[in-house]
Amino acid sequence: MDDLIIDFITETNESIEELDADLVNLEKNPNDKDLLGKIFRLMHTIKGTCGFLSLPRLEKVAHHAENVLGRFRDGDLEVTAGYVTLIFESIDQIKFIVAEIEETGGEPEGGDAALIAKLDAAYEGKDVSGDASAVGESTSLGDVSGEKDIVVNIQEKSLAPGEASIDELEAAFAAAPGMDGIVNSADSKEKDIVVNIQEKSLAPGEASMDELEAAFAAAPGMDGIVNPADLNKKDPVNPKKKKEVKKPKSKKEKTDKPKAKKAPAKTLRVAVDVLEDLMTMVSELVLTRNQLLQIVRTQGDTEFSTPLQRLSHVVSELQEGVMATRMQPIGNAWSKLPRIIRDLSIELDKKIELVMTGQETELDRQVLELIQDPLTHMVRNSGDHGIETPADRVEAGKSETGTISLDAFHEGGHIIIRISDDGKGLPEDKIRSKILENGLATEEEIGEMSSQQIQQFIFHAGLSTAEKVTAVSGRGVGMDVVRTNIEKIGGSIDLRSTEGKGSTFTIKIPLTLAIVSALIVEAENERFAIPQLSVRELVMISDHGDNRIEYIKGSPLFRLRDRLLPLVSLGSILGLSDKNAFDQVSKLTKENDESESETESETEGNAFDHKNLYLVIAQVGGYDFGIIVDRVFDTEEIVVKPVAQMLKDLTLFSGNTILGDGSVIMILDPNGIANATGNIAAVDDPESKKNSDGIKADSEKKTSLLLFKVGGDTPKAVPLSLVSRLENIKSEDVEYSSGQMTVQYRGTLMPLTPFDPSVKISEGEEKPVLVFSDNGNAMGIVVDEIIDIMEEVIDIKLHATQSGLLGSAIIDGQATDVVDIAHFLKGANKDWFEDGSDTPFISDGDEDEDICPKKLKKRVLFVDDSPFFRNMITPLLSMAGYEVTTLEKPQDAIKMCEDGVEFDVIISDIEMPDMDGFEFAAHIKSEDSKWMDTPLVALSSHATPKDIERGLNVGFNNYVAKFDRDTLLDTLVKTLADAE
Amino acid sequence: MPNELIEESTSKDYLTIVIEDQTFGIPVLQVQDVLREQKVTKIPLASREVAGSLNLRGRIVTAIDVRRRLGLGDRNDNEASMSVVVEHKGELFSLIIDSVGDVLSLENSNFEKNPGTLEQTWKDISSGIFQLENNLLVVVDVPSLLENISNSKK
Repeated sequence: MDDLIIDFITETNESIEELDADLVNLEKNPNDKDLLGKIFRLMHTIKGTCGFLSLPRLEKVAHHAENVLGRFRDGDLEVTAGYVTLIFESIDQIKFIVAEIEETGGEPEGGDAALIAKLDAAYEGKDVSGDASAVGESTSLGDVSGEKDIVVNIQEKSLAPGEASIDELEAAFAAAPGMDGIVNSADSKEKDIVVNIQEKSLAPGEASMDELEAAFAAAPGMDGIVNPADLNKKDPVNPKKKKEVKKPKSKKEKTDKPKAKKAPAKTLRVAVDVLEDLMTMVSELVLTRNQLLQIVRTQGDTEFSTPLQRLSHVVSELQEGVMATRMQPIGNAWSKLPRIIRDLSIELDKKIELVMTGQETELDRQVLELIQDPLTHMVRNSGDHGIETPADRVEAGKSETGTISLDAFHEGGHIIIRISDDGKGLPEDKIRSKILENGLATEEEIGEMSSQQIQQFIFHAGLSTAEKVTAVSGRGVGMDVVRTNIEKIGGSIDLRSTEGKGSTFTIKIPLTLAIVSALIVEAENERFAIPQLSVRELVMISDHGDNRIEYIKGSPLFRLRDRLLPLVSLGSILGLSDKNAFDQVSKLTKENDESESETESETEGNAFDHKNLYLVIAQVGGYDFGIIVDRVFDTEEIVVKPVAQMLKDLTLFSGNTILGDGSVIMILDPNGIANATGNIAAVDDPESKKNSDGIKADSEKKTSLLLFKVGGDTPKAVPLSLVSRLENIKSEDVEYSSGQMTVQYRGTLMPLTPFDPSVKISEGEEKPVLVFSDNGNAMGIVVDEIIDIMEEVIDIKLHATQSGLLGSAIIDGQATDVVDIAHFLKGANKDWFEDGSDTPFISDGDEDEDICPKKLKKRVLFVDDSPFFRNMITPLLSMAGYEVTTLEKPQDAIKMCEDGVEFDVIISDIEMPDMDGFEFAAHIKSEDSKWMDTPLVALSSHATPKDIERGLNVGFNNYVAKFDRDTLLDTLVKTLADAE
Repeated sequence: MPNELIEESTSKDYLTIVIEDQTFGIPVLQVQDVLREQKVTKIPLASREVAGSLNLRGRIVTAIDVRRRLGLGDRNDNEASMSVVVEHKGELFSLIIDSVGDVLSLENSNFEKNPGTLEQTWKDISSGIFQLENNLLVVVDVPSLLENISNSKK
């Protein structure tokens, strides 16, 4: 293909991309003259260039579109959505023809009569009243009549290339300012071409075209056409008025130039291949530099040190420079999106606004290209499935216009792209049924999954949840491809969605693919590189102390800040250790575990001589897992090289590279490792864990208990989740205010209560204090000694007779008193429960009544927004033999209600954000609610008679003050009895 | 392949290599390098025949243990090894063998097909046999030696 044509195609594509974005803006600000002028000029450029290259069909479309745009620009026609759509259609047609030319080298067969007729209708259509004046002003009747000819020709279904040639001519003239003479002389030639085209003998026509091109090439710039002075003239579509396009005006145009985007003098088109080659060479250079540095490091100070240092600097700068040439703002990949969203909103009859931030964030063009399609797909998805129709949105209490926001920014050497919408979120139920349909999981498995895990299934193949397949999405290929593509470039994708609120996808991708920073680790004396991108943190583990590996039926797990991470041993998944070393470690740890449970904290004695291991906490697509390695070296910049063909099916490796010391090293693929470890998707992340905690019944769950000793030998236990902190308080810090022991703690006075009178802080002594806090209130309980933290299911064997105790349970093989913290809270701080009222509405419970309806295992739903109370009341209730489900939000409860989950009694807090207890009660006690007959108990710190009355009116069966555990339990028993 | 050799010239040069006392020949034009024992990085999970990868002047070369490829026992630790670097489909491979001998110019007319009794694995990798004065030389067909590795998973 002709170089000229190639350049033209490139240029046209660029112009079209710009047009797309501008037209969407135009729809928003129809009166923006600057914008109109810009769009008009772009169209005009396309048209003009077509004239040079003998592309009559393309030119015709551009010309007619330009006519319409001209009217807009002059303010003759109002820009309406319909017109913008028409212009889009023309651009699409242009795109199609350009694509065809790109492929075949020539214009496609056929014509655009329908489109042109439409354009002409638009051009004339609204113009009936102003027609005469427009014609008069345009001073070129001939031109207008020419237009009409075309219309006639279309009616006759003759393509009339002859007529088109007038347009060509116009374009040619317009494109050659100041060359009037030549153009005039070329005039006849132009006509020759027309004849030739009509005769379909192309060869001579082409020849003369070349001549023309040569002539036009000498024309001083195309700037003339984009003469802003033109804008004010009344005949934009009459390029025959050449005299307007004079050089002085060109100068004027130049002063206006800063406004225009293009700055051609400063840029240079370079073939991508050249840049790629350059990058490869620089990569090699970096490697060699690293190698040299390593050698010099071992040699000490030699004469090479200084020049090498300089070389190193230069190479670094070169690397940066070359990288910079490959960097492009991410906005380039986004330029098509406004148009897509616009089309989508019209097609689907939705109102969607696309908000883009961080367009200027730069990333490697290779990466950019690779993420473009996934991004487009996801934005489309958001518009199609995410955003609801205006009616639905209003119904859901949202504004009519949905928002899709795109955000890009740098974070720790990666680029984060976030796509979020405020639509309806992922339909969990549909995903669930889809999962079942496709046999991806069984019903039981799904039942155990958190919503986060269920949502992750949209990344599985064939799981489109769109109810109907639209042209836009829902064909069952989609998110799985998106994910694969993103993972292919070493990125990861994460998703958060709340039904009714919207979804957010977060894509994390490396800045560049060529040189990555990698962590070098060792397993079984072999070194491997793990891309830094997926490494979250490093943990050193030892077989005793906090950082130890725990096992469940041989599967290693690790607790990282309350999160349970599955572990894989690098050595064993790579088949290096033959399981020996790993088993040895596990045996060791198991032994330790056993010894630990037999005789507490004797592990130190088991001084096995065994090396420390390290955990590389890796993250793949929102899931964390740990990789056990023997050693961790430093991080190194590596150039990823593909592995040999015969090793391609080893999914655990993403490539290999040469390290600074010259040795070859395999690069691990964290995605591959995650897959190799089985269903990593079954692992929770903290947020989803919270959710599932909320939904699951808590009664059978293990509770972390803090064991401490006071006075006698019986250890005491308190749920660890209630304890905010453990402090050691010195005797001299203790102050007394009105007989109450207090201590200055974090700027306030914290009351201290000895666990029982036997606990005293003697002079010069230090005592451990359990600090409880909620809502800015804090109190401390002084004890004698902290023993340990255990995980146990609390199963109260003996109920307490002593106040301040819930009862006794066997914890860690020993009878332990479970402490009723509420008792202490009440004693220590009257303000704790805000009103401190000790007279619950109903408190006529018989103290001797058995408060443990164990055999019945009544199901209790407890709704409270305060985590503190959830943590306090839940164990209390489960210890009393109820099966407790705890929820933070009444909305979740309503959802459960709708889902048909049943409870025997519901306890609800009153003071809650978003929806208070009264509203909640009104909701679930309404006529059609499934819980209409379920007794409802209010648990509140607000227990004024007025509140109580209101509560009873909205459907609460009973009203209990928050801190009064006995009354609560009594009330529950009573309420349940009443209900039966 | 042998046919085209015959047409070109009457003799061809072979680099002789020795593995467990058996002499092999690799067409010398296919040989890029002969290396002493190299530091090889193991590639876990790869086929048994893949000894690992090594760095040859900045290029990553996949090392193939020819003994294993031929179904022979592993080399003892104290036995020396050498490697012959060949190119196949744009990638470099280092064939680890026991030792390298002379380059022999052998008459094409002496080339014979593999005897039918030859073990299948050997038949697969050999294009034929030359009768030397004292022993027999098995001509290694490099492409088939390498091709089948990717298929033969452990």
